[in-house]
Amino acid sequence: MTADNNGEKPAAPALPPLLRKVIDRLGAIVLEHKSAQGDDRINVARENILEAARMLRDDPELAFDLLLDVTAIDYLGQPDDFETNLQVWDQNRASMRRQPQRRHELVLPPRGPNPRFAVVYHLTSTAHLHVLRVKCRVPEDDPTIPSVTSLWPGANWLERETYDMYGIRFEGHPDLRRIYLYEEFVGHPLRKDYAKHGEQPIQEYVGPGAKEPRRPH
Amino acid sequence: MSDPEQKNPAAPTNGSNARAMEELHTPPMRLQFGPSHPATHGTVKITLDLEGEQVVWSEVEVGYLHRGFEKECETGYYYQNIPYTDRLNYSSPILNNVGYCMAVEKLFGIVTPPRCDYLRVIGGELSRLADHMLCIGASAMELAAFTPMLYLIEGRELMLDLVDALCGARVTTNFVRIGGVSADMPEGFREFAIERIDKALTLVEDANKLLTNNPVFRRRMEGTGYLSPKDLVAWGVTGPMLRAGGVPYDIRRVHPYLVYGDLDFEVPVGEHSDNFDRYLVRMAEIPQSRSMIVQCFDKLPGGPVNADDPRVRWPAKGRVFNRMEELIDQFKLVTEGGMAPVGEVYHAVEAANGELGFYIVSDGTGKPWKCRCRAPSFSNMSPLSKMITGGQLADVVPTFGMINMIGGECDR
Repeated sequence: MTADNNGEKPAAPALPPLLRKVIDRLGAIVLEHKSAQGDDRINVARENILEAARMLRDDPELAFDLLLDVTAIDYLGQPDDFETNLQVWDQNRASMRRQPQRRHELVLPPRGPNPRFAVVYHLTSTAHLHVLRVKCRVPEDDPTIPSVTSLWPGANWLERETYDMYGIRFEGHPDLRRIYLYEEFVGHPLRKDYAKHGEQPIQEYVGPGAKEPRRPH
Repeated sequence: MSDPEQKNPAAPTNGSNARAMEELHTPPMRLQFGPSHPATHGTVKITLDLEGEQVVWSEVEVGYLHRGFEKECETGYYYQNIPYTDRLNYSSPILNNVGYCMAVEKLFGIVTPPRCDYLRVIGGELSRLADHMLCIGASAMELAAFTPMLYLIEGRELMLDLVDALCGARVTTNFVRIGGVSADMPEGFREFAIERIDKALTLVEDANKLLTNNPVFRRRMEGTGYLSPKDLVAWGVTGPMLRAGGVPYDIRRVHPYLVYGDLDFEVPVGEHSDNFDRYLVRMAEIPQSRSMIVQCFDKLPGGPVNADDPRVRWPAKGRVFNRMEELIDQFKLVTEGGMAPVGEVYHAVEAANGELGFYIVSDGTGKPWKCRCRAPSFSNMSPLSKMITGGQLADVVPTFGMINMIGGECDR
């Protein structure tokens, strides 16, 4: 910290080497970055995810060739990303305890101003062995994001799972279907507004060999 | 994936033979393989289109064992979710316990005592031995080699006896706690363990004699299920499958956690990236695990097995019943859980099938906002369709066996 800092802003702690490299390469694509608890994380806009992913994969010094995981987070009713808005969170912490829920009902918290979902990618490199987390915010009214299947074929199932659980559609995915649940399933279970004890309508079997419709009890 | 409607490209074109083929040619046969098939261990449905015995198109469906692990974790306190992790990979549950608890400790910033770290490695490597024996035994049985399966299941039982002695349960272990382990190892465990492991290793050696140079077994395994090392990485495959392709990516070596940095062990790698090399890598990892367990016993330090952190440790019972502060402490821990700091962590350990990662997002309360499990079986299963298409129907069985798909982990 130097004298001309005037105490206005404390000097930012030194960037970890990986984050510095990533920010050098990606430039303005990186909206935000953070290194906490030993993990390095960058945020990019969803329009830029394909470009960012391609640069992360193809740059010889980064070489993120192994896509470990694709998933999403539902920030329903939260003021912001828990990490980036700590002060607001701390002030509201007591009042933000989750509401007690009845078995089949959900008390929905109000929508926050920020995009509801975040799609999270975990990348690693088999050559340099570093791990990076990439996050993209995705709004609730248009839950779409470009698919990275063209870069890592292993993203195919991971994106299908994220679609199944959160309803986020991956544009350009070759085969975007539910992977764990059946096609007739209503809703997306890992969304925070899906009640844990919610019930699904009974689906009658209609394939070959189907019997007479089941009579009501 | 090729088009099932396409005509057989291998059909000869000359003279009467071509006419015979034209007359005899039938459309591809659609075969449903699973979800519960005697030649697969695990509930997965594979739809195959066959030209004779050749697979021309395939599709893999998972999800028959989906039971909402992640949703369930979001409604439980951190300490309540440990038993759910037993049910992920139920053939090596302690490794899952360790992965989950280490991720939570990373979030809380807890440093575990050294004796606990050694006990976790011992328990984890015992689980890995059991998992590899089960995988090899079951895969051999599916190739009609029944005797090695009996040997290896007996070896696995010996390992499960040790797990039983360590934590009181064979399969649903719940051994690891946040910040420690449930209990120290029992008296005389070292001698008991080494005797049992050596007995199991003689059984593995018997199976090795029956399998490794067996011409039938080798013909079924060699060259089948090939995936190039570049494809393995691109598809997100980890664990013995990736190492069989010559990529020495083992979390225990590249990001040493617990005490793996202090242990002397080798990372066996293959070169052909086929099913036989996957089998050999697993076989070579078995003596490595034994060596690690013996080293841990030699280096095992004294001291407590639980971190003394008020957010996660349970107060001593005598104090809870006689003192007010500890009673309040216990009450708050049970009803609210330990308050985690705000943040998100990803921590990965090397499970028996590959990289097992837990990604935990905390909103500062006693329950995780999100608890994601990066299951190795799921990513390892995703290229199965690519691996079996173009091969023979009989190759599906060893390829599936060597992926060692565990339904509980793949479908969560």
